[in-house]
Amino acid sequence: MTTEAADPVGAVGAVAPAAEPGFLQRHGASIEYILIPGAALVGALAVFGIFVALFGKNPLDLYFYMYQGAFGTWFSWQNTLTRASPLILTALCTALPAQLGMVIIGGEGALLIGALSATSAALALQGAPPLVIQIAMVCGGVIGGGLWIMLSGGLRQYRGVNETISSLLLVYIALAILNHLVEGVMRDPASLNKPSTREIGAANMIGSIPGTDVHWGLVFGLIAAITAYILIYHTVFGFAARVAGGNIRAAKIVGLGVNKLILTICFLAGGAAGLAGMVEVAAVQGRTNANLAAGYGFTGILVAFLARQNPLAIIPVAILLGGISASGGLLQRRLGLPDASVLVLQGIIFVFVLASDALYGRVGFLKGKS
Amino acid sequence: MADGSIGLWTVPLAVFGGAIRVSTPFLFVSLGECITERSGRINLGLEGTLVMGAMSAYGISYLSGSPWLGVLAAGVTGALLGALHAGICSLPRVNDIAVGIALMLFGTGLAFYLGKPLIEPTAPRLPAIDFGWWSDIPQVRAALRINVMFLIGVALAPILYWAFRTTRWGLLIRTAGESSDAARAMGHSVLLIRLRATMVGGFLAGIGGSFLSLFYPGSWNEGLSSGQGITAVALVIFARWDPMLCLWASLAFGGAAALGPALQSVGVTSGYHLFNAAPYILTLAIMIITCSPKRTLTGAPAELSITR
Repeated sequence: MTTEAADPVGAVGAVAPAAEPGFLQRHGASIEYILIPGAALVGALAVFGIFVALFGKNPLDLYFYMYQGAFGTWFSWQNTLTRASPLILTALCTALPAQLGMVIIGGEGALLIGALSATSAALALQGAPPLVIQIAMVCGGVIGGGLWIMLSGGLRQYRGVNETISSLLLVYIALAILNHLVEGVMRDPASLNKPSTREIGAANMIGSIPGTDVHWGLVFGLIAAITAYILIYHTVFGFAARVAGGNIRAAKIVGLGVNKLILTICFLAGGAAGLAGMVEVAAVQGRTNANLAAGYGFTGILVAFLARQNPLAIIPVAILLGGISASGGLLQRRLGLPDASVLVLQGIIFVFVLASDALYGRVGFLKGKS
Repeated sequence: MADGSIGLWTVPLAVFGGAIRVSTPFLFVSLGECITERSGRINLGLEGTLVMGAMSAYGISYLSGSPWLGVLAAGVTGALLGALHAGICSLPRVNDIAVGIALMLFGTGLAFYLGKPLIEPTAPRLPAIDFGWWSDIPQVRAALRINVMFLIGVALAPILYWAFRTTRWGLLIRTAGESSDAARAMGHSVLLIRLRATMVGGFLAGIGGSFLSLFYPGSWNEGLSSGQGITAVALVIFARWDPMLCLWASLAFGGAAALGPALQSVGVTSGYHLFNAAPYILTLAIMIITCSPKRTLTGAPAELSITR
């Protein structure tokens, strides 16, 4: 897609070297990456406004309360950032394998398994110093989630099983395992109405960033996204991954270990989602129960696609979508919209973003004269 | 609980009855997806279509008093979602798998949104035919209360099998799926063929959804479908895009899904959640056994993005 956008620029330079391409033409490709998803977002918001208007609500009220609930006050900002942190991590679960041309949509499953293994690590080490427990929880979450998605990658590579379908099936299997353990061997006898595991202990929670109500999970997410960006765009490993994603046969001919690449990337992807599960346990819930299946894994897919699978772009997009989900409560209270309206909006955004893929390289004023 | 007279026979009987009841949505969705995939496109959004179908069928049945109108409404809703999928996919450079994921989220979200007021009221259900009138045992009678929709689905499988082989439409769909160049050379629009195939697929998936809300489990709530749509899509792959194999696979799946509730009814409650996950585990296991990295699957439409 980049080359197509850049071609007209090159052509202009070759034909008329005197006429320097303007700023818009020189940066056409990068501007497109911001402009087109932005336009898709505005289009989706407009359609959602019409949808809400059909139910007799004022779309302007809708936009106002969405802004208020997402970014209007310091309180909303904190709510937004808290929701953004698991989204950054689950989005990486889709974005990293996408570099290899794989479509993994099982972040929710890795999140649940990560939460479960992090909780198990914490419960097994009760009595140890909090820092030891927290490190063990991070390791547990990353390894649990990582192995879960590595399973999808391995099945694709060694058995030819489609990774999109297998990763989604694994979500339902993960949920069943979680329910089975939480209502069985790991159940805290004191949790009557809502079967849960025992609590990891208040001292072992990772807590909030000083001066805010935003937990440290946000920092985990930022570090993970930046590391992923450096890994993909500034290391030999990432270069190899992108070569294999572009042309798998060429990658094999130049001697890249494609199997190893796929398994490693899948492990890292699942590890990110597993870390999201660990964060939800260690910073929000304090234990594992069915509440963890809150759909962060599925919204993460949308974040990854909207960010065009770029790990750095995931950060602002996750904050944006975290804001949309944070505003859901206010929309419910002030406008009487059902809680599913956030889901509808997410679906519309997703549809618009995918349809806007057709626009790359076709935006007239970015192409230069022809 | 077992009433003593038939004891543990309750389990196979309940699995049999469950296989027939639970398999119906699998059957409709997989037959619909079979048509779509044969035309060379995969629609992962059928999970959303299924839920939308269930919601609209329940709503229309409640408002009109006629469950059959509800079934029709579910089909039309499904066809519209199919048209949306095909419409976006016909734009250049748009990935059909990603569009499917988007429509999965969109369909479920929209169904939850519109279906909020439908959780309370009771809508008229689809009637069932009593094939167990000859028996005195209540479990046998329960197992043999078979819905007309199941029979329609069973009849549809051989009809589709025949249609793919011998009719002009079947040939066109297969041509579009095997080689879009060939279809174009014959003067047909591949996009139009795929649009129609996706709409018919959505129509059938919507009807599958109506069965969920109007017969079994027979009510509308947000936990109605948990992955049946996506399981059915996977089912088409190991049914080798053959409608008759879709029928047998759906029955096997229905049986697997009925195992958990059946065991629970005789008092086996441990591992309930694991038994409920049986269809997903079964799908994954069969895919692991039947797929191979060395060759594309036999019977796979050559234009399909997941097999290339």
